[in-house]
Formats: sequence, C-alpha cells, structure tokens
Amino acid sequence: MVIDSEEAQELSKVLELLQWVADIGVKSVCLYDPEGVLKNNKEPIMQRFSSANLSEEAAVNGRLVTRRNLTLEFVSFEDGKEAVAKAANYLFVKHYANGTKEKSDFTEPQMAEALGAIGSGGAEPDLLLIYGPTRCHLGFPAWRLRYTEIVHMGPLKSMSYGSLVKAIFKYTMVHQNYETTDALVAVPSCGQKFEISFHSGISYQIKLQVCIGSFRV
Amino acid sequence: MDEDSSSISRVLSVGPVPDHIAFIMDGNRRYAKKRNLLDGAGHRSGYLALMNMLKYCYELGVKYATIYAFSIDNFRRRPEEVQSTMQLILEKIEDLIKEESMVNQYGVRIYFLGSLKLLSKPVRLAAERAMVATSGNSKSVLSICLAYTSSDEILHAVQECCGEKWDEGSALESKGAGNGLVFLKGNENGKIKPSIVVKDLEKHMYAAVAPDPDIIIRTSGETRLSNFLLWQSANCLLYAPPILWPEIGLWHLIWAVLDFQRNFSYLKEKTKLS
Repeated sequence: MVIDSEEAQELSKVLELLQWVADIGVKSVCLYDPEGVLKNNKEPIMQRFSSANLSEEAAVNGRLVTRRNLTLEFVSFEDGKEAVAKAANYLFVKHYANGTKEKSDFTEPQMAEALGAIGSGGAEPDLLLIYGPTRCHLGFPAWRLRYTEIVHMGPLKSMSYGSLVKAIFKYTMVHQNYETTDALVAVPSCGQKFEISFHSGISYQIKLQVCIGSFRV
Repeated sequence: MDEDSSSISRVLSVGPVPDHIAFIMDGNRRYAKKRNLLDGAGHRSGYLALMNMLKYCYELGVKYATIYAFSIDNFRRRPEEVQSTMQLILEKIEDLIKEESMVNQYGVRIYFLGSLKLLSKPVRLAAERAMVATSGNSKSVLSICLAYTSSDEILHAVQECCGEKWDEGSALESKGAGNGLVFLKGNENGKIKPSIVVKDLEKHMYAAVAPDPDIIIRTSGETRLSNFLLWQSANCLLYAPPILWPEIGLWHLIWAVLDFQRNFSYLKEKTKLS
C-alpha cells in the first residue's frame, strides 16, 4: 500500500485500514510512504499485528472472527533508487573486484539476489492500493512494480471498508485468485441478490446483473 | 489542428502544461476483434490514433512524448504476430522519416529506447536511420520504446556503471595512481569503496534523453505499468481510461492535462522532496 507521507501521520487511520485488510484475509502487506513516516511508526503498528495477537478472537455479529497474522513490511523512497545503486556496488564488488572484467551481462535473477543481499529484496505486490490525493506511486521501488495492478483509493481520511473490499474483489475476479480471499459465489439468476462470504466470516451482499457474454457485478 | 482544438489548446495553456506525456498504447488487438477486422488492422488504426495524439500534444506545447511500441515481453507472442508487428513497425518508421510527415512539421527528434540488439537487422537499421535523419530537429522529442522493459533498462544502467568504474580503475592503475581502487591488487581487509550513485545510474538509463514523464496514459482500463518507465514515474500521474487505444481522442488528453493541472502543486512538491 502506498500512502501519502502527510496522510500517513494519521496513525489511527493506518491501524484501522490494516485491521480491515487483516479481517478480509490478506496475509501480507507492504507499507510504503516516501518519507518513511510509517517506518518511524513501525513499533506501534507491529505491536498491534504481531503473532502474539494470533489467538485473539472476537465475536462480531454472532460470527466468530479470528484476527489473522499479518506479515508487514515497511518501505520508503530510499528502498527504491538508492537500493538499486547499492545493489550495483554489490554486483561490482562480486563480479569485477577480482581484477577481471566478466564478459557476460548481469541477469535479472542476479539483480534480485543483489537487492536481497543489501536488504531491499521483497516480493512484487499483486495489488498496489494508493491512499493519497492522486494516482501516483510516489517512488515505490521500481524493481517490485513491474506487473502490479495499481488502484487509486482516494485520500486516507475518506477511506472506506466498502471501497477496499471492492478493490480486492475486482482484482480477484480479474485474476481468478480465489485462494487470496476464499470468496464463494453461488450462481444466481439475473436480478437476484447473493452473498459473498470471505473466510474471515465477513460477508457482502451483492445484486447480480447478468449480461449475455459477460459477468457484471 | 482545427479551430476548436486550437481554442482548447489556448485555454489549457493558461495553466501549467505537462512537459512530457507517455503512452501505453493498449487495445489494438481487442479493437480489431471488436470490429471484426484482421489483427493488423487494429495496429494500423492504432498508428493513426497515435499520430493524432502526438499532434495534439505538440500543439499544446508538450515537448516530450514517449510511447511503448514493443516490450521485450511481446517477443513471447506467436512468431507470426511478432513478425507482422515488426513489419508494421518497420513500415511506420520509414513513414515517419519521410519529408512530408508530422515529424518534420513539428521538428520532432526521434529516439529509440531499448535493447535494440534484440531487433532484427532491418528494423534496427531503420531505427538508426530515423535517429540520424531527425538528429537536427530540436522543437520536440518522440521516444519510441522498442524491445524495452524497465527491468532491462535498469540492468543495462547497472552494467554500464560497473563497466565505467572498472575502466576508470584500470586507467588509474596503468598511470600508477592506485587511488585505493584495491580490487586489482587485493587489499588485506578486502574493503572496496562503493562508488556508484543514483546519478550515475540515471545517466545510463535509456530514457535519460527526456525528463521524467508528467503523465502516463494507458488505455483499455488496465491498471498495470507492465514494466514501463518504472524508474521515471515516481511523481507521475497515472491515467487509465477504459477505452481501447484506437478510440483515444482529444478529450482524453484534455482530461489528463486538467487532472495534471489540478494536482500540479502536489506533484511538484513531491518531486522536490525526492
């Protein structure tokens, strides 16, 4: 998630957003803001979502909701271009330092290994949600953005649970990745309401309009 | 450009005008399918749309335009499709450098960005000819990304920087200066001074011929950047209209520019911070 640095100072909002994300069942979140505000607030955020909370359960609307363990990663602008420069130096030392110029070009796996070695590795997110005034990734590490779906969610202060679910659901439908959300969809007839249940127990009522040749929700 | 477009241009120019707009021209094949045309026809319609968009940009005062013509990933498509796309690209490059083309009308200098060595000889030579033929133009710039991906661009820059540092080191060694470049001698503590910085990498990026883009427009409603200008788009507005590339028109450009103007001070501030 990319959050505008000024907006990221609203720690309560960030925590609430992460709670929603955890409730939906997302397992891993990379938190990015260019100036590292979120990195500076790592402690309180980690405390809230550490594995110590794994066994905590709460009853919500008569359904049991297990607070999931959320893997968090904190990233800022220096993990982008600066990290690539550090990785370049790492590759220089590794492949040129013995005094001979290696003939073959560097490969993408070598670059990935170098980034990992200097501490800026990390998987490419499937989905990037931008909370801020504009649809702009604000310098999220280039190496991890190649095929990521980028969605602008609007300012953090006007975030809503519904928009978050919608964005994740849309991504899931496009990528047929039911493992992420465990969404169960019964095949309804046109005009009928049906329910999507996430494994966290939260469900979403949606009215289906079926069009010939396509599926519109 | 007609009267209406000229007036719109004048109105938009009252506010800040983007220096550089980039386009991911997605949707040519879907357009062909939608209209029951052959695949190639979709690309040809796409080319016409491109010429129009470039004209609007240059008329508006946008100096730099970059287009994603062919990704390294696209080589993985069916060989017949790659072949026919390359044939079309070759044709269009030849068209661009003709006397009466838009390129000369707007004084456009053409650059080809990417691993051009991956292209077949005829296409590579045509690209080189186009760059030479337009090298005297200085009013606007068109960067055509061909056999390009951001990851390849970054790797290439890293490679070039390493090569440069090694050459510098060798030159100093041969002069007897040493200068702490111990990699040739093998120092006891094995410490080598890191010397590649972001500025060095940026010098070697293919896209260094232009400033960072202000707006990236990707058609077909796709929300990915697909390995395009990832390094350069930190403070860039990403616009993803749901229309197919051949359907793009002046109004989409106007919308993008208005959005840019609305967010101008925010984006400028972010650029300063980075």
